[in-house]
Amino acid sequence: MDFVNSASFNRRGLLKAGAAAGVSSLVLPQVTWGASEKPVKIGMIDPRTGVYAPAGHNEIIGATMAVDEINKKGGILGRPVQLLVEDDNSLPGPAVSKAQKLVAEDKVNFLMGTVNSAASESLSQFALQHEMLFVDTGGHADDVTGSKCHWTTFRTCSTTWMLTAGDFKTLFSKFGKKWFFIVPDYAFGHALYKDYMVQLKKAGGEAVGHALAPLGTTDFSSYLIRARAAKPDVLICLQAGDDLVNLLKQAVQFGLDKQIAIAGALQEIEVLQALPKAALLGWWTFEWYWNQPGVPHVADFVTEVKKRSGGKVPTARTWFGYSTAHAIAMAANQAKSLDSLKVVKALEGMELPPEVALQPGKVHYRAEDHQMMANMFPGYVPKDASYPNLFKVADVIPSESIALSPAAAGCKMTYPS
Amino acid sequence: MLYSAFNGLVVGIFYALMALGLSLILGLNGVINFAHGTFMALGGYLAFTLEPYIGFWGGLVVAPLLAVVVGLAVERFLIRPLYGRDPLFSLLLTFGLAMIMQDVIRTIWGSIGQPFALPNYLNSPLSSSMFFLTGFRLVVIAITVLVTGALFAVLRYSRIGIRIRAGNADLETISSLGVNIFFLRAANFGIGIFLAGVAGILAAGQLGLSPTIGDSLIMPAFVAIIVGGVGSLMGSVLGGLIIGIASGLTAAFFPVAQEVVIYVIMAVVLVIRPRGLLGQEGLFE
Amino acid sequence: MSSALETRPSSRPAPSIGGREISAAIIWLALLFVPIWLPAIGGFTDLASRVLIYAMAATGLNLLLGYTGGLSFGHAAYFGLGAYGTGLFIIHVIPSMPLALIAGTLLGGIGGILVGPMVMKRKGIYFSMITIAFGQMFYFLAVRWNTVTGGEDGLTGFSRVPLHLAGESIKLGPARFYYVVLALFAAVMLVVWQILRSPMGHAFVATRENTTRLRFLGVAVDKQIWVAFAISAFITALAGSLNAMLTAFASPDDLQWQLSGSFVVICVLGGMRSFWGPFLGAVIYIAAQDYLSSVTQNWMSYIGLIFVLSVLFFPQGLLGFIKGRGRS
Repeated sequence: MDFVNSASFNRRGLLKAGAAAGVSSLVLPQVTWGASEKPVKIGMIDPRTGVYAPAGHNEIIGATMAVDEINKKGGILGRPVQLLVEDDNSLPGPAVSKAQKLVAEDKVNFLMGTVNSAASESLSQFALQHEMLFVDTGGHADDVTGSKCHWTTFRTCSTTWMLTAGDFKTLFSKFGKKWFFIVPDYAFGHALYKDYMVQLKKAGGEAVGHALAPLGTTDFSSYLIRARAAKPDVLICLQAGDDLVNLLKQAVQFGLDKQIAIAGALQEIEVLQALPKAALLGWWTFEWYWNQPGVPHVADFVTEVKKRSGGKVPTARTWFGYSTAHAIAMAANQAKSLDSLKVVKALEGMELPPEVALQPGKVHYRAEDHQMMANMFPGYVPKDASYPNLFKVADVIPSESIALSPAAAGCKMTYPS
Repeated sequence: MLYSAFNGLVVGIFYALMALGLSLILGLNGVINFAHGTFMALGGYLAFTLEPYIGFWGGLVVAPLLAVVVGLAVERFLIRPLYGRDPLFSLLLTFGLAMIMQDVIRTIWGSIGQPFALPNYLNSPLSSSMFFLTGFRLVVIAITVLVTGALFAVLRYSRIGIRIRAGNADLETISSLGVNIFFLRAANFGIGIFLAGVAGILAAGQLGLSPTIGDSLIMPAFVAIIVGGVGSLMGSVLGGLIIGIASGLTAAFFPVAQEVVIYVIMAVVLVIRPRGLLGQEGLFE
Repeated sequence: MSSALETRPSSRPAPSIGGREISAAIIWLALLFVPIWLPAIGGFTDLASRVLIYAMAATGLNLLLGYTGGLSFGHAAYFGLGAYGTGLFIIHVIPSMPLALIAGTLLGGIGGILVGPMVMKRKGIYFSMITIAFGQMFYFLAVRWNTVTGGEDGLTGFSRVPLHLAGESIKLGPARFYYVVLALFAAVMLVVWQILRSPMGHAFVATRENTTRLRFLGVAVDKQIWVAFAISAFITALAGSLNAMLTAFASPDDLQWQLSGSFVVICVLGGMRSFWGPFLGAVIYIAAQDYLSSVTQNWMSYIGLIFVLSVLFFPQGLLGFIKGRGRS
């Protein structure tokens, strides 16, 4: 698995691009940069190693591609853009160390990245201290644009509320009102559970039980046995990543899929790819999907990403990286400045153009809490699923129609005077 | 309750399989093999790659053997120079080796999990009332019992097995009796890796096959050895079963503590019976 | 299991006193001016703080590992306890940096005092295994005890609090914080130096060299190991506390066995038998990790290679290697 593009492979990016061995595809911009042009630097912190590496890998591909496009179109303020990618090893501690490095040593102008919530929360705090724009690409913790929102922090991926509201109605009307939850025992899981419960109670449904499974659980059998004994209509699996892979594999071995509908909130191609055919099932929500017939620019985007990823289709993660890097560049160009506050102000409410949004509707960062408003893609894994056709989008729901208001999310934004 | 105990038993059997390999290598080679988890992953990945050609059962035999080939090379070129030196060095070596191997696996197969598929007849419960008896879990138990039984038979009756046991007790003496201890150690290391490879394939049947698959499984195996008593293979098996069942029961009633309970058991054993349940007197003291 | 430790020549050859003091003076001078020269060669001050913190942790560990012969592979536990102690103190008690450092150090140190008796009777590789396992126990406590530790997400919500000195509040930027770390590092080095010269230090080395003889002489060997274990846990915990201050964050990974392994390799890399070995090891290890993980996604292979090569070719560490060459 090579990083196809040198802008990400070699963090000294443009300057030493030619020197990186085995890398061919850095298309140097038609615009030729003068030797004196100082690059604008975007620091990206994402996992290349550790458990979240698959997601991080795709975010990096997306961001790299965006930066190449930005450079082709004149960069930021007429200066070339350089993407400096740092590996956080899927851990929050290294994420902070790497941010220190990017800020102190490389003097980056903006920060973006992260897959896990812990890393995004600690980077959000770090960015505030350094008064630097940070766009959270893929860490879902509600706090980031909720009670711990900061004027410096934006977020591209969705909140847990949006993830649950995306498919709640479908699940409720399709499968019934008795639900059982297997909840990963950390902030992200608790939030998803709480959000589903609010909606379930309101709709007149009932939770026949829930089991808290620690993060990193390898043997889910005791939870599955409890779930089966509770005789629910729906089994909701709120795990992510490897945990979800383990859970689904074992649920199928217990034959649960033949008795109970299996569903959940967030689902990603990275997870489905790791599942054997027998375990490919369930109703879920995607945050972005590559197959959107009739939506302009999406097909071109898919083709371009495939060239860079050895034929792999873009995932939601690829789009997070891609749209985030573009959004930062657009905001800076619009603000005609690299000053954090000015760029933040430009980014607030800024609508992404169709070739970046790559989905229907008005895609923008909400001004009040800096949360991206895009679409949710609820749907199901079809019977004959095989890569890359792993999901069938049943509906496209604008996030704005389901998201909590900034006040309800608990965000009170304060700006430096 | 019964279900939970059974779950624990399946997990415990699995720990025992890991612990057995580690324990063998610890005994005769004097090495704590931190790379055991990555040899496990290697076994799983090789089986995954071979599955389209030779099927699950073929992979179960061939993949561990291929892992053994890698293991033997490691033993010959990296670990052998360290015999007789401070055990600290072999410890650090396997530690670094684990990092390298994990990285190599990620480079070859990618960081994304691989869809390792089981044969359909294993991938379902035997009957709907005995749903917790899945075909695959029975296979895990059967294979572990088979492999463990074979191992004990080899150690008990074959010449090399007897030498391994003798070497465990007193390496210098059997060396002076003309036994080629380098060959003996290599063979022993190979057997340990074979067990790791088998464990890796069994793990990949239930878990996502990713480069980090071994990370969460190696520590319980260490604890199994400590609880069972260093130097006793039977102890390692017993230790694995005990912590597996304890962890299974805890998972049902107090899931938050399902890992911590393993270490509490270890601490209790160390206080009450410092050499472990079946450990030999005076070893490593 | 006969250990090669026993056959190795005792640590210090007759030192050329002038040379040693000159090099020490050069090191301290260089450390004093880090915020000036490091940025000039492309580093940053927080990196130097991290090097010193790891050097401190490794120096603490080395008291046990290099001098007393206890192969602890679980010292991250005390590092992490220090980090959590500091963070929790700031959040729940008083946002005072000196007190929080003391709290973290005490928590880690007490952890060491409690674990000590359960491991002190073990030797060699078995000692390692038990210390690893205890380290993992603390790790799972941190991961699972959500309400207190923040679980997998780590402990956030505290920051580097300003230092209150003589009624004035001093904000600690990277440079000032570096000097706090440097001062404490110097204090630790002084303490360790004094311990090694004291009768207790000689007893430590004697424990490493020949346990059996010491036992016959009526020395309570186990107690020596316990004492060394506890002292080293205190020092490592102080380093952990400082690390929590540096990153404004404590995470379960501060307690992981991978970190324990890093501490050990830092000692071995620099030289376990040398006073400055852990420091030198930390400089190399942290610089390599920082650089490699930026330039290649295969950094784990290179770090692993550092482990393998240093074990195979520099078992005495760099300082041991240099000294060895100087002698011949």
